[in-house]
Amino acid sequence: MTYAQSVGGRTYRFPDLKTLLAKASPARSGDYLAGVAAEDDSERAAAQMALADLPLKTFLNEVVVPYEDDEVTRLIVDRHDAAAFAPVSSLTVGDFRNWLLGAEADEAALTKLSAGITPEMAAAVSKLMRVQDLILVARKCRVVTRLRNTIGLAGRLSTRLQPNHPTDDPAGIAASILDGLLYGSGDAVIGINPATDSVPAVCALLTMLDEVIHKYEIPTQSCVLTHVTTSIEAINRGVPVDLVFQSIAGTEAANKSFGVDLAVLKEGREAALALKRGTVGDNVMYFETGQGSALSANAHHGVDQQTCEARAYAVAREFHPLLVNTVVGFIGPEYLYNGKQIIRAGLEDHFCGKLLGLPMGCDICYTNHAEADQDDMDMLLTLLPAAGCSFIMGIPGSDDIMLNYQTTSFHDALYVREVLGLRMAPEFESWLIRKGVFEGADHPHPRKTLSSMFAPALARIA
Amino acid sequence: MSDLVVVNPWEGLRRLTQARIALGRAGVSIPTKPLLDFQFAHARARDAVHLPMDREGLCARMEAAQFPVIELHSAAPDRTTYLQRPDLGRKLGADSREKLGALAAKGAHGFDIAFVVADGLSAFAVNEHALSMLEAIRPKLTEAGWRMAPVALVEQGRVAIGDEIGAMFGAEIVVILIGERPGLSAPDSLGLYMTYAPRVGLTDEARNCISNVRPEGQSFAAAAHRLDYLLKEAKRRKLSGVDLKDESEMKVLPTEGKQDQTNFLISEGVSPRA
Repeated sequence: MTYAQSVGGRTYRFPDLKTLLAKASPARSGDYLAGVAAEDDSERAAAQMALADLPLKTFLNEVVVPYEDDEVTRLIVDRHDAAAFAPVSSLTVGDFRNWLLGAEADEAALTKLSAGITPEMAAAVSKLMRVQDLILVARKCRVVTRLRNTIGLAGRLSTRLQPNHPTDDPAGIAASILDGLLYGSGDAVIGINPATDSVPAVCALLTMLDEVIHKYEIPTQSCVLTHVTTSIEAINRGVPVDLVFQSIAGTEAANKSFGVDLAVLKEGREAALALKRGTVGDNVMYFETGQGSALSANAHHGVDQQTCEARAYAVAREFHPLLVNTVVGFIGPEYLYNGKQIIRAGLEDHFCGKLLGLPMGCDICYTNHAEADQDDMDMLLTLLPAAGCSFIMGIPGSDDIMLNYQTTSFHDALYVREVLGLRMAPEFESWLIRKGVFEGADHPHPRKTLSSMFAPALARIA
Repeated sequence: MSDLVVVNPWEGLRRLTQARIALGRAGVSIPTKPLLDFQFAHARARDAVHLPMDREGLCARMEAAQFPVIELHSAAPDRTTYLQRPDLGRKLGADSREKLGALAAKGAHGFDIAFVVADGLSAFAVNEHALSMLEAIRPKLTEAGWRMAPVALVEQGRVAIGDEIGAMFGAEIVVILIGERPGLSAPDSLGLYMTYAPRVGLTDEARNCISNVRPEGQSFAAAAHRLDYLLKEAKRRKLSGVDLKDESEMKVLPTEGKQDQTNFLISEGVSPRA
């Protein structure tokens, strides 16, 4: 079906839904690279007007990637909950934005709605929203997940402690873990990106993290961010796996480029569930995503990168994850060119994920070949927790010495909690205070003196 | 440091890692000195992205080390285009394709392995380490009697360009040595990507990767050990990528020097440092 918009004495035509979505997307380098972006600002604004007039129901009748060719499309269509969709089924995309901003769309209404919203609907409305809209609506969504602690409660901001080391050296990793714990990081997960996918090396890291968590009775979970099939192999070898990790994308072909499909993700989840390692819940998956991954695998089907990204969230929600992390600035300037594009993309991803019912966090980050710096990250770092972001990364001094990019530091989390009055996951916070790492019941902050819990460990390396 | 900064009593851990640990805090924020150190490191990494590949020097050193070389260029004409058009960095420019085709037609075709050296995002890494890495792996291949194609030296190249070059050489396996994105602490990391039966259009799931190869990261010897394992397994099983797990056991290697091998958070008793 063709869409058209007459404005300013000109008629703009869009041959199909995916073109309309792409042309309405705020400017970013990846859509220019793919050749799907608006020709100029006027065409973009006209496309947004045409999109605003589109009935939401259109998305139930026209898909952006063919049903026959793509298991992600089949998942989206087959899992759509018509009853949940009912409250907004008569609205246009433009009025959906109005509805979301209004008082009727409260926490309870948005929770009920999520199963009725498709990724394409979420992407479409986000394209009409300004930054403040993306913050205001996401803030009303509440997604709470649990394994050994509780993530996503109102007024809380969790962190993934990311103690990466270029050679997976146990002592080097332990040093970063201790630094992070003493700065109050790690309530979302202690998660290592291993230097290789070697099965013995991954098993050694998993065992080490499990020992640390048990020895110090830390109410959190661990993860080694390796391929799902490697985690399954580790489980088969009897190694303790809390969370099964996988990078995912929004088309079947892009997922194939990661070496996964829905069946192997299901297999991974079932293997982890069978271990019954949760104490307060059973969310056992950790997914990472990022705009541009489908195009990077030449698997985007002419769909813009933000819509592709939202489709990845349909994959994620099928498996009830503990954490979903959009690694927003990692992919590089060919997809998100500068600080402005990274900031908007991070807020879009968080909004779409939360609207679809996911525990969204964000790796607020950039690479050294992008036009971005620490000031850009501070802006996103301040905006996302205002939008109710579930978790961010925590790394020593913002410098990932293994992945060679910059993400948020342990200090950054303390800064934003102080500015916005946020706290960490309740179980983790109690542990830090009980063990003398933090103090202050109303306003927990790091103690100046060292917790006696870690004195023996430090004595060992003295 | 002045008493305006809260010093961390665990500064001794710094000798265990290059990570920016135990920075102390001003309030809850990063103190001024580590803040400025970070900004300088970022400035250096930004500069590394734009350093050109030392084509002449590399050629001369490789030829001297008995590695025949063919110089190629991707379809990305310059750095600015390269950064925004990864598609162009993944394929050969027209002149280079013709040059390589002519060489293959003259009999340089049908190899066990082809090595490709490309600048990627850090020509610095390639300038410094590509030859050392090739020299570390060569004895293992010579021993196994593998036929090696001339080394393809590629400017403005991305990982997938190796597959096109490997295919044109008729190589059973291609390995590309490429400069990884420069980090603050590691502007000189080399990445190795291996593909069995290379051809245009393959994606990441068809490749195996060894990353962070540099003297302070994964040593050339360790990387050669892993690569040798992957190469032999790929040839034996006729595949590469996610179906080929790296089962190489690194503990048989001599330890890499400066670092402690145990985790002080859990190990009891003896100090790991002699």
